[in-house]
Amino acid sequence: MTGNYTIHEPFARMSKRAEALPGWKAWGIRIIGLVLSLVVCAIVIMAIVNMSPLKVYGAMFEGAFGSVKRSWVTVRDAMTMLCIAVGLAPAFKMKFWNIGAEGQILVGGIATAACMLYFKNLPAPILFLVMILASLAAGAVWGLVPGVFKAKWNTNETLFTLMMNYIAIQLTSYCVALWENPFGSNTVGLINQGDMTGWLPNMFSSGYNKDFGWNVVLVMVLAVGMYLYLSKSKHGYEISVIGDSENTARYAGIRVNRVYVRTMALSGAICGFAGFIAVSGASHTISTSTAGGRGFTAIIVAWLAQFNTVVMVIFSFLIVFLQKGAVQIASQYGLNENVSSIITGIILFFLLGSEFFVNYSVKFRGKKVHQ
Amino acid sequence: MDKIIALFQSAVTFGTVIMFGAMGEIVTEKSGHLNLGVPGIMYLGAISSLLVAFAYERGGGTSPVVGVLLSLLACFLGAALGGLIYAFLTITLRANQNVTGLTLTIFGSGVANFFGGSLNKLAGGVGQISVAVTSSGFRANIPALANLGAVGKLFLSYGFLAYVAIIMAIVMRYFLNRTRTGLNLRAVGENPGTADAAGINVTRYKYLATCIGAGISGLGGLFYTMDHIKGTWANAGAIEALGWLAVALVIFASWKPLNTIWGAYLFGILTWIYFYIPGLTRSSQELFKMLPYIVTLVVLITVSLRKNQENQPPAGLGLSYFREER
Repeated sequence: MTGNYTIHEPFARMSKRAEALPGWKAWGIRIIGLVLSLVVCAIVIMAIVNMSPLKVYGAMFEGAFGSVKRSWVTVRDAMTMLCIAVGLAPAFKMKFWNIGAEGQILVGGIATAACMLYFKNLPAPILFLVMILASLAAGAVWGLVPGVFKAKWNTNETLFTLMMNYIAIQLTSYCVALWENPFGSNTVGLINQGDMTGWLPNMFSSGYNKDFGWNVVLVMVLAVGMYLYLSKSKHGYEISVIGDSENTARYAGIRVNRVYVRTMALSGAICGFAGFIAVSGASHTISTSTAGGRGFTAIIVAWLAQFNTVVMVIFSFLIVFLQKGAVQIASQYGLNENVSSIITGIILFFLLGSEFFVNYSVKFRGKKVHQ
Repeated sequence: MDKIIALFQSAVTFGTVIMFGAMGEIVTEKSGHLNLGVPGIMYLGAISSLLVAFAYERGGGTSPVVGVLLSLLACFLGAALGGLIYAFLTITLRANQNVTGLTLTIFGSGVANFFGGSLNKLAGGVGQISVAVTSSGFRANIPALANLGAVGKLFLSYGFLAYVAIIMAIVMRYFLNRTRTGLNLRAVGENPGTADAAGINVTRYKYLATCIGAGISGLGGLFYTMDHIKGTWANAGAIEALGWLAVALVIFASWKPLNTIWGAYLFGILTWIYFYIPGLTRSSQELFKMLPYIVTLVVLITVSLRKNQENQPPAGLGLSYFREER
């Protein structure tokens, strides 16, 4: 070869990291992603309402924790979110795309509301037991159907569960029309408003929705239980093997189909239970917005926490905090509350993007001159 | 008879919305990317067109033609931009496609409903948001033809986009089956590794398919805003439901553009049929509205039962491609 020539390397190239990053580095990258997303969110909010970024986050904090009542609502909503994410964890760990949490929550909510309406004469402890069992059963059925079809005929579960959502939404509309109160309002109103039968009471004080009540206890027990189930039990092990490779699981003698069905019933049941938490523990009514997109947001919570139910607590709080804060800012400026979806979206985009830098390394080119 | 005509008319209007959504998604899925952000993209397309048309009419614009062109352009760009976010995350950064798509849906619906709901306030209190001029351009038909009795009403009474959708489906079929580029695109979706070895620029195909597909899906949102609800803003999550129906229609049509035509109208009929069945109570109407979803489920199950090679999704659907991991 004569003369100088340059090799044109691509500007940047990426390669999969040979070994996983140590935990603190991986979380460091995620935190950088989070901080960047918060900066972008602040810029977006500033552009819309012309408010200084520090004030923005001050106002958000005010919105989420500004009073005892607000703090409780934040905790309550975070618990509902956590419950759904906990329900999704086993399915997603198995790489079963359960997009149907929205529907499973709704049918659980319908079952709860039905018990509140039709069995209100039962003594309170039995009524609660019936409500919980009904919501679990309804959610389990809604999860079981796509699970069975996936196991038997390998029907695409993403699209199946998605359709089940809409069937559940129409079922909810049907029940709302059936139970509407007062007549003609097209809402169910507060169920049992007079005697508050079937409302999940406060733990430490009388009344409802005032302190860190039973919601927290129930959901935390579930979260810890699910953590142990996934990491310590035989079932949990089977789930993670299937998630890594279905074929490996088959060779290892795991009955894959049975695990699909069993896990989806469990996943659906817990999401149905989230419907119970949402209806009996929070809104005391049922409508098509009882799930309110949380079934989708929770997927992202579960995914970002890498199905570790303890880490999910943090992400649930983060997402709910941001949503409450955004609503506060919107209401201060008389704008509508959808700004919270924008913020959620931006943050999730960044967190999803940061996973890349956890798994891959990027090398930039240096110009090499060869003689 | 009048009732049947009315049912068919509302089915076509409804169907055109999801047909655009589904056709865009077909292009995207043919490149191997399952974009669950279709509802968000349709939202983005809808709001971009509405904002631009609104600005144009507030600025004193009175020409429907200009309004139509501007809002079409804005819609395509807005939706393609949403597609670009998805493309960057899933193609370059290899993020999970399902999660990214869902996030795009949350983001798009947030952006659209925020601006749609706050536009009045942001523009300084102008009252009802309405882009009557532009909307009239989209809904214009030729009266002489539209009034040609039943035939005119059934086939010739729609805004021009309804016909564009049909033509687009035919062109898309030709593109995917008969052109080099279309076949390359399908190769990328079926087996990116092989396509790469054959010298096809996989990344470029995936990016273009995702962004152009998103632009086409966005037209569904535009058609809904400008034609179906006549240039106003509806804040009831209607577009989101339509977006999911569009995803369902892709399966129903088994990834074939021509099937989306009759599939979309069938979905439209199934959606509106409750309106024309006498004696339904309000609650049982809600049960009837399940029909399109149940039909999709039946199709989904049948397709998986038959395992017919012809009707399967692209083999590489949902999987990230990384050359060094082959």
